[in-house]
Parts: sequence; structure tokens; C-alpha cells
Amino acid sequence: MTAIDAGAIVVVTPVRSEGYWTSVRRRLVRDPVAMFALAVILLIVLAAIFAPYIAPADPFRGSMVRRLRPIGTPGYPLGTDELGRDLLTRLIYGGRLSLFMGVTPVIFAFVVGSSIGIFAAYVGGWVNTVVMRVIDVFFAFPSVLLAIALSGALGAGILNSIVSLTVVFVPQIARIAESVTTQTRNRDFVEAARISGASTLTIVRVHVLGNVLGPIFVYSTSLISVSMILSSGLSFLGLGVKPPEPEWGLMLNTLRTAIYSQPLVAALPGAMIFITSISFNLFSDGLRGAMEVRQ
Amino acid sequence: MNSTSAPIVEARNLTVDFAAGRGMIRAVCGVDLSLKPGETLALLGESGSGKSVTLRALMRLHPKSAKIGGTIQVDGEDVLALSPSALRAYRGKTVSMIFQDPGLAFDPVYRIGDQIAETVMRHEGVSRAEGRKRGLELFERVRIPSPERRLDNFPHEMSGGMRQRAMIALALACRPKVLLADEPTTALDATVQIQVLLLLRELQREFGLAIVFVTHDIGVAVEIADRIAVMYAGRIVESGACRDVIRNPSHPYTRGLLASRAHGTLGKDERLHAIPGSPPDLSAPPPGCAFGPRCDNFIETCAADVPPEVTVTTGHMARCFRLGALAEQAEPLAAE
Amino acid sequence: MSAVANDPRDRGGAGTPLLDVRGLVKHFGGKGGLFGRTGSVVRAVDGIDFSVAKGETLGIVGESGCGKSTTARLVMQIIKPDAGDILFDGEAVGSAALDLKAFRRQVQMVFQDSYASLNPRLTVEDTVAFGPRIHGASAAASIATAHDLLHRVGLEPRRFAGRYPHEISGGQRQRVNIARALSLEPRLLILDEAVSALDKSVEAQVLNLLLDLKRDFGLTYMFITHDLNVVRFMSDRIMVMYLGKVAEVGPSEPIFEKPGHPYTAALLSSMPSMDPDNLTQEAPLTGDPPNPINPPSGCRFHPRCKMASTLCSHAEPELAEASPLHLAACHLVDPQSGHPRLAAA
Repeated sequence: MTAIDAGAIVVVTPVRSEGYWTSVRRRLVRDPVAMFALAVILLIVLAAIFAPYIAPADPFRGSMVRRLRPIGTPGYPLGTDELGRDLLTRLIYGGRLSLFMGVTPVIFAFVVGSSIGIFAAYVGGWVNTVVMRVIDVFFAFPSVLLAIALSGALGAGILNSIVSLTVVFVPQIARIAESVTTQTRNRDFVEAARISGASTLTIVRVHVLGNVLGPIFVYSTSLISVSMILSSGLSFLGLGVKPPEPEWGLMLNTLRTAIYSQPLVAALPGAMIFITSISFNLFSDGLRGAMEVRQ
Repeated sequence: MNSTSAPIVEARNLTVDFAAGRGMIRAVCGVDLSLKPGETLALLGESGSGKSVTLRALMRLHPKSAKIGGTIQVDGEDVLALSPSALRAYRGKTVSMIFQDPGLAFDPVYRIGDQIAETVMRHEGVSRAEGRKRGLELFERVRIPSPERRLDNFPHEMSGGMRQRAMIALALACRPKVLLADEPTTALDATVQIQVLLLLRELQREFGLAIVFVTHDIGVAVEIADRIAVMYAGRIVESGACRDVIRNPSHPYTRGLLASRAHGTLGKDERLHAIPGSPPDLSAPPPGCAFGPRCDNFIETCAADVPPEVTVTTGHMARCFRLGALAEQAEPLAAE
Repeated sequence: MSAVANDPRDRGGAGTPLLDVRGLVKHFGGKGGLFGRTGSVVRAVDGIDFSVAKGETLGIVGESGCGKSTTARLVMQIIKPDAGDILFDGEAVGSAALDLKAFRRQVQMVFQDSYASLNPRLTVEDTVAFGPRIHGASAAASIATAHDLLHRVGLEPRRFAGRYPHEISGGQRQRVNIARALSLEPRLLILDEAVSALDKSVEAQVLNLLLDLKRDFGLTYMFITHDLNVVRFMSDRIMVMYLGKVAEVGPSEPIFEKPGHPYTAALLSSMPSMDPDNLTQEAPLTGDPPNPINPPSGCRFHPRCKMASTLCSHAEPELAEASPLHLAACHLVDPQSGHPRLAAA
């Protein structure tokens, strides 16, 4: 018998594999749609941050004689609004509040919702049942209605609108967190950790969090677009930002009257809401794809 | 058996490629199959050997992104050229399939009897009552107890073995000529597995079915098959009459598989003759003979080229450069 | 066996079984309900006794629903028994002398699904080092232990330590699971269908590895499987279970050569023949294994048994000696049972 050294044929492989998040980033970078969406988001965010430096005019100064100029008017590339303010400037400044009010509730809801969900799922039993049934009550109302009702009850204002949107999203995130955690805690590796004598806290820290935070995070990023639309909606209804602050939802509302005279100008804030929220959605889809580990 | 009749299934140089990441993975690389009416062929192999992929190619069940090459002729039809409507008629009427998991064959929200009747109606244009009558006949045929009542069951109301029988009934509803079986007994307990194997053997005789039976279990292959084709890394490495392959395994992989089985005659403190290493990664297959890196009889020629089919005895071939040397080596391995 | 005799952790002496299980019962569902109704009860394990001697391998076989995996989980204390005692090396588990944490260091388990039993976010070395780490070893010492064990199970640490579970094959993953189970230096290893999901050529490698490890570490095995060929190769003694009860238990050779229980005989002849000229002609049993909700009265096997008489349908047979050390729960084994076939013979 000729003994063959199996090791001689084996290709030398790297000693340490790349970490999970490194591989996610690598896959994400290769996804052109997600990268394009990310670029759009970054562009809007940077524009909002550096608004005072790049905006051509003052967002609050209007002129009664130059109201509702069409797109392409010299000095007003995107026209003017119903008070004669430069629309491009207002769109750039509007991104500040719109993004802030879209993203903040989701961040709060992510922290609160995933804590509730992971806790309920890991404790299990009647605690889980009680928590989840209470959560279910919130699902009885459409989220738009719930947001309007809460904002209406709390009164108009930026802070109140953030609070009400957070309350709308907490149950949704908690439910996802609960189901992902329940799935994970029933996997054999959690059982194996329990058998080796690990405490509950250690198991949650080492074996549960790493496997559930990713999926919850992805779900949360997909809520940003909803949040932006809802917060714009609240402003549109007069429950969020108050005039004359530039905010896309509010701008859409006040330009409503110009829908027949300057339809394109009137549609611009809506287009911004649409572009931003769809970019968040596409990026979130790409992230989900990149996070799926093949078996 | 009818040994002079023309083959009902004939595949030549079959290849299947899947898109994976940036490149393509060749899951099946040049398989030749030929099956006569009333004959059972077992495709024996491990996970990733391409046995199930080959089977699915015969029914064109692969997603659009998969590329099938070569030719497949079944009952005189060029399967790869069938139009969508002809393909629907072909599936179920000429060829049907049973799976490891009956859940793939049945819709959980409809009664089993209705699903069988539906299939018969669609393919033969008969009435619902006629279809249901066929269902009852088949349930009796596959020996489901109290068939009349069982026809009204939902899939989840049946036990595992009974669901498997119901799936066989569904597969035979339109009297196909070829039955493709994808590990139909793997998930069953041994006492139920043997019942299903015996039933398939019986139905095959009665209906003159040709069966292609995919399995990873040599024992199951021996029980059901007239011929065995052993697959490794997308190729058939050995094929022949069941008796020849089991009694006189010629490819080192087949020999290794037989030798590595735990069986009754082993003494205590003996070791199994395990094949070293693990099956190759199909995205980067080894050059030449894919089994080379795990083979005790590896020589440089093995890595240079894919071994051609070498005839061992009539109807028994193996793809190995070292057959001559192996035949001289020691006594042939006897199974049990 | 010598490794066992020299084990400093030994308390009861060589004659005391390492594991002694008495009257173990576990029923699922049924109790409770809104109005105190009793729904259907699954009698998963319904009063079993067995022991595992130091250094031996006890094979447990049976069909799905026979309670073999539930038994493993009960012994492992993953689920709580309804009744019964589990003694480990003479001490009751959960008593002052042997608390749960001390018990779990000495008993470990390998699961069937090699992928699900590894945390996909941890590298191979982190998985194996987890046990020693939580039991107080330093990070460096835990990693050193992990590398040593990986080497012992045939995975070169330099190539495999930094890998993630999805990057290695099924056989390699199961080796990692074995290394993880060994990281706490257990005395008893429960292998629950640990090789069933592996390809045959890989299964043989892992079985050989298990034999080597048993010798080198002085281990005792509880080997649960549905594959009779494998259980015969691995086990010193075999326990056959049927619907939550022990049907037969004893040294493996007599059980395979001359089974005492008709169910064992049927299981053995259900194995596919490996002889193309001598194929199975008749299935030894008809129908599916019944489920353990409302099991049959008397001998639980009687509705499927070819030897059954009216006696079997009302009187439940006790375990009786079929040959030395070999017990079977069948009236045909007990000369005093009054089974009509005994008189005829």
C-alpha cells in the first residue's frame, strides 16, 4: 500500500477566519443596490448637517413678490414656496428635522423593544405570555392611527411626536425580538451551554445576544422609512413640527394649496420623503441579505 | 425481466451547474444513465455527491438559474426541449416523484383524497367521482388501513409511514412509467422502512415501473435495486448489477464504503476501516479523480486526468486508473 | 477499565454503577388546563430502571417515540422527571453530596444536529474553551485546553481553532462538539444520535475516534441510536426501549444472537439485508410505531406481536431473565407467566 499523506494535498488555509461582521461588511460592499442607497442616505445626511454652509439662501426669509416660482427660476433652482422662500434651501434644512424625527424614535424603540422582547423570551412561561399579550393590544390599532391618537393626546411638538412614534414601534420590535430569542434559546447550543453549567446571564451574554441583535437591528432599520413617513404625516396634520420650521412633511402640507399652480414644486418635499425612506429600505434589505450566513 | 426492450430513461453526458456567489458550481459532471422499463436503479452516494441533483434534472425541477447540459430522453421524449405545457403533462403522467418528506408532495390545507382526485382530473380529464375512485383503489393498493376514511384525512392526521404510503399513491395516480424516489425511506424507522421498500418492489412488478431510487444507505440499495450506480463528487464512479457491485466492489470508494460499515462480525476493540478525509468542496474540486486525495492507491496519474469508464465484467464498470493493481491486491472484500 | 479504576474522582468503588436510574417517569402535557381537565398525556418515559457500569458503553435503541431521547434529557437534568431517582456514582443527583453543578461537570452530552449545537457566532476554539472558562479557568488556560482537545479529536488547532461552524464540514463540526463535551473532563458522555446525521464514510471515522477517546480518557458512554449495526459495534450492553418502557436489556452479543423479546427480534430482522441473493421477503412488523399517548394495555407491544395471546393484552410482563444478565419484558421469557405458547413448547 502506498500511504498518501492527506495533509500534503490539502491547500493551506488561513489560520484565523474573518469575523462575522467583517464578512457581513464584505458582502454588503459587493451589493451595488445597498451601496447606492447608502450613498444617497449619506448625501442627504451630510447636506442636512452642513446646511448653513451649502444652502444658497436663508430658509426663513421669504418675499411676497416671488411666491411659487417654477423650478429653474434664476437664483431659485428648485423654485420658491407659497411664502417665496427658496425651496432648495428649505429642503436641505428640512432634512435635519425629518431625519432626526425619523431615526430617533427607532433608536429608542430598538433599545426598549429588544430589552422587553429578549427578557420576555428568555424568562419564558407566564411572564412571556403576559408581556406578549399586552404587546398584542397595541397591534389592535393601525400604527398610523395609534401615532395620531397619541400625538393628539400629548399635544403637538417635536418631543411629543418622537415619544408617540417610539410607543408605536416598541411593540413591533419587541415582538420580533421575542420570536428571534425564543428560536435561539431552543437551539441545541444554548442547551449545551446550560449543560456545561453556565449561568443564565452568561448564556444570554455569550450565546443569545450575538445571535439575536443582528436580526432585530435589521428589522429596526426597515422601520426608519416608516418612521420618517409617519413623522412627516404628523407634521402634515399639524401634530409635529410647527411653522415656520422647515420640515418635509410640514412643507408638503403648506404647499398643498399650490398643487394646481405649481404641481412639481409642491411635489418636491414628498419626493424627498420618498427617496430617503426607500433608500433606508433598500439598505436594510441589503443588510439582511449580507447577514444571512449560509449553512 | 425484459432485457431486450429499449431503455425508457436515457441520459447522456448530463451536467448541472448552479450559480454560487461569483462563479458556477458543477454539481453533476457528465452522468450517463440508462434504465429499462421495469428496472430499478439505485443512485448511491453521500451528501454533495450529486445524486439528488441528477434525479431532479430528470424531472427538470431545478430553478431557472441552474444550467442543465447533455441530453435526457424519457419514453422517447427530449425532456430538455419540452415546452411548459408539455412539461406539465410529462410530470405526473410519464414521470412522477416521491420525496423524503411527504410534506413536499401534499398541501397541508386540503384533504389527501381531494388532492389525488385533483391530480387525476387534471391529467386525464375525468370527473371528480372518477378521480376519487382511483384514489380509493390506490389507497387499497398501497395498503392503507380503512382507505375510505383515510381519503378524508388531512396530511397531518396521518403517521409518518402512512403519509409515505399516501404519497406513493399520489405519485402513481396517473399510472406513470417512471418513478423517481429521493430517499423516501430515510426519515422512517427501520421497521417501517422495510415495509415501504417491500411495497415499492411489489408495485414495481405490478405496474412495470422503472424506478430511479436515490439513497445513501447501501442496505436499502441492495433491498430495492437491480442495478446500483455509486456517485462521488458529481460522477458515477462505479455501476453495475447490484450483485456485482456488492460482491465485487471495484472502485476504491465503493470498497471503502463497504469496509467502513459497522457490522456484526466485527470483534470488540476492532477499528472500522474508515475512509480518511471528507468529501470534496464542489466549488474547488481536486484535479483528476475527485476521490484521489482520500484514496490509499493514489498515484500521480490520478491527479492528471479524470479516469475513464473501465469494464470490470459485462455491465459492470468503474472509473479508476488502478483497477488492475487493485484486483491483484488481497482477497476481494466480501460483504458480511 | 484501568483508567476508570485509577480515577481520583471515584467514590463508590469499581462495583458501584456510575449511573443508576430507578423508576424514572416523565409524562408530557395533560395536567392543568383552564378547568382542570386532563387532556391527552404523552407517556414519554413510563417507569424505567437501568444502570451503566464504570467504563462500559450502554447502547439504547428503539424507534421514534420510544423515549430514548427523553431518557437522555432526563439523565442530563435538562428536563425534570415526574418521578424516579438518578444516582451518580452512588450519590443522588441534587443532594448535598452532589449538587447540579458538580454533576454537570461529570456528565456531558453530544447532540445529533452538529450545526444547531454550535453557536454560529463563536469560533471553534471559543466554543471549546467556553466550559473551562465559566468554571473558573483563565482565558489563556482555557484556550490551551481547547487547542489540546481539538488536537485530540483530530482537528489541527492551527488550521481549525479560528474557524466558524459554517466553514467546516459536518464531520468536523461533530468533532468540535465532542471536544466541547470533553472540555469539562466528564466521566459519562451521553451521545444522542451523535453520528446519525453524518455521511457513512465520515461516521466510521467518528466512531473510531469515540473508541479512542473512551480508552484515553477513561470514559463511560450512553450511546443512543436507531442504527443497530452501529450500536452493536459500539456497545457492551444494550437496552431496547418500546413506548416508554424497557423491552429488553443485557450484554450485546446475546441480544443480537438470541433476542428475548419479540420486538427486538422484529427490529433485527427489519435491518436491510446486505445479501442480493437473500432479500427480505416479508416485513417483520406491519404499521407504524404507535404513539405514546394512551399506550395499549398489558404488554405495550401486543397489538403488533405475532406471539401475542389474551394474557398479553391484560397482564403487563415484568423484566425476567432470558439468559444470565440478560432481561426481557415478555411473558414468553418467564416460565411462570402462563403464556399458552410456553405450554405448547
